[in-house]
Amino acid sequence: MTLLIALTLFVLAVFLGMELISKVPATLHTPLMSGSNAVSGITLIGALVSAGTDHSTLTTLLGFVAVVLATINVVGGFLVTGRMLSMFSSGGRKRS
Amino acid sequence: MSAADVTSVAYLVAAVLFILGLKGLARPRTAPRGNLLGASGMLVAILATLLDRSIVDFRVLLAGLVVGSAIGAVLAVRVQMTGMPQLVALFNGFGGGASVLVAGASFLAVVDEGLVDNQLAIAAALTALIGVVTLTGSLVAFAKLQEVLSLGGFRGQGVLRAVLAVVAVAAAVMVVVSPADTGWFWLLVGAGALLGILGTVAIGGADMPVVIALLNAFSGLAASTAGFVLDNPLLIIAGSLVGASGVILTQIMCTSMNRSLFDVVFGSMATGGVVADADEVYGDRVTSTSAEEVAMILEIAERVVIVPGYGLAVAQAQHAVRDLMRTLNDAGTEVVFGIHPVAGRMPGHMNVLLAEAEIDYECLLDMDQVNPTFAQTDVTIVIGANDVVNPLARTDPNSPIAGMPVLNVDESRTVVVIKRSLGAGFAGIPNPLFAADGTLMLFGDGKKAVLDVVAALLNA
Repeated sequence: MTLLIALTLFVLAVFLGMELISKVPATLHTPLMSGSNAVSGITLIGALVSAGTDHSTLTTLLGFVAVVLATINVVGGFLVTGRMLSMFSSGGRKRS
Repeated sequence: MSAADVTSVAYLVAAVLFILGLKGLARPRTAPRGNLLGASGMLVAILATLLDRSIVDFRVLLAGLVVGSAIGAVLAVRVQMTGMPQLVALFNGFGGGASVLVAGASFLAVVDEGLVDNQLAIAAALTALIGVVTLTGSLVAFAKLQEVLSLGGFRGQGVLRAVLAVVAVAAAVMVVVSPADTGWFWLLVGAGALLGILGTVAIGGADMPVVIALLNAFSGLAASTAGFVLDNPLLIIAGSLVGASGVILTQIMCTSMNRSLFDVVFGSMATGGVVADADEVYGDRVTSTSAEEVAMILEIAERVVIVPGYGLAVAQAQHAVRDLMRTLNDAGTEVVFGIHPVAGRMPGHMNVLLAEAEIDYECLLDMDQVNPTFAQTDVTIVIGANDVVNPLARTDPNSPIAGMPVLNVDESRTVVVIKRSLGAGFAGIPNPLFAADGTLMLFGDGKKAVLDVVAALLNA
């Protein structure tokens, strides 16, 4: 991938992100934040390659710690977002 | 199709799932599905990555995935909703930390092979700086929210920060100029780590929503720059999507406090203006009330607005407030919640707390929705909020909070303020609302006071 293509992807994705989120209601601020934070754990796929490549002990170690941290971020982030959203959807409706 | 092609197509699928997921998360009805789509995208991305032929040893990977999943799942299942700001801060930090390590490992590997170019060095330096600031900044925010750390600013902090910033920039330049000396990379990481600590340690509680939103943006940005290091389009796309949404949230939070991002990060309150003396404002005009009297007023009310603040979270009063709402609903009284965008310690904090107490989100009104309705409101109950209901923001152009959007609770017929004392809020100024003619002060712990009112209503 050339630098120019990478920069193009970056800029387009920033604009897309702004369009997607611009009118989010306050009620969803926290789930949106924790859900999008889980997505930023995508760095996990880079960590997997670093940890699995047979380069040096140091890079394997760095990769391993990165896999652990990123997995906590991904798994914890999506789970906790799901927990919050399940409260939103059932809240109050049970009574009415 | 080669294995590399399969991986590329899978990454495209994952990127589309992330976009659909974020889109879903922006609407209440589609949010649970959005979260699932995002998680599916992540699963696709992980499975596709495992096809990568440069991976030779899967034991380390599986160990890391298992350990991380276990820790993440336990944290996510165990957390109380009042502890949500801390957990979000912690997850943010872990994401940033992972990006630094990935950039570091990849940078070291390429340096060993002698294949570093400027693009890679610049991207690695940026990732290291942004990622490590996210990591240490989030850990400090976590410690402050968890109340294990109560440090404030100190003398000479500005100078120290400036020095560290210069060191970090110099180290970043050296990483690009002389990548083979990997010591510069670690110096950059060290200076960034201290910068993250110093940048967040002095930030006050009420500014936390801005800080958390900003760190969220940083964690996305760090993943995106890590994508430039690894030459991985999915990291670039997903990271910048998150970065952009974090920036928008940060902007919303700053606007709602009428403070610039600069003021928040550099810890200065708006200057100018004479702060009135508390005795002068309150004098003997403050009317104290009892739970029984509040119950009597509520009995004849037709419309009640409840305005929660951080004090509600501290007192864990969300379930008591739900009981109050149901008791009033049963008597035919309309009850809604008026929520200021920066109430609490993270964006949407109050909404999550009230949702935990099974209050329908359709009863939770934003500032713009609730403000025009105060004039038709019989009773407004303010619980643990101060600056966000201070009318001085509208009336006194010299006030430190002048121009900050506030909830106009003083327009309702009666205002009941539940608060421990007349102590000032984060802005450190007295609130004339407490001494206004239509305001009654119910002093005490938020949860106990609300339960007393409910008991008085039921006994009447």
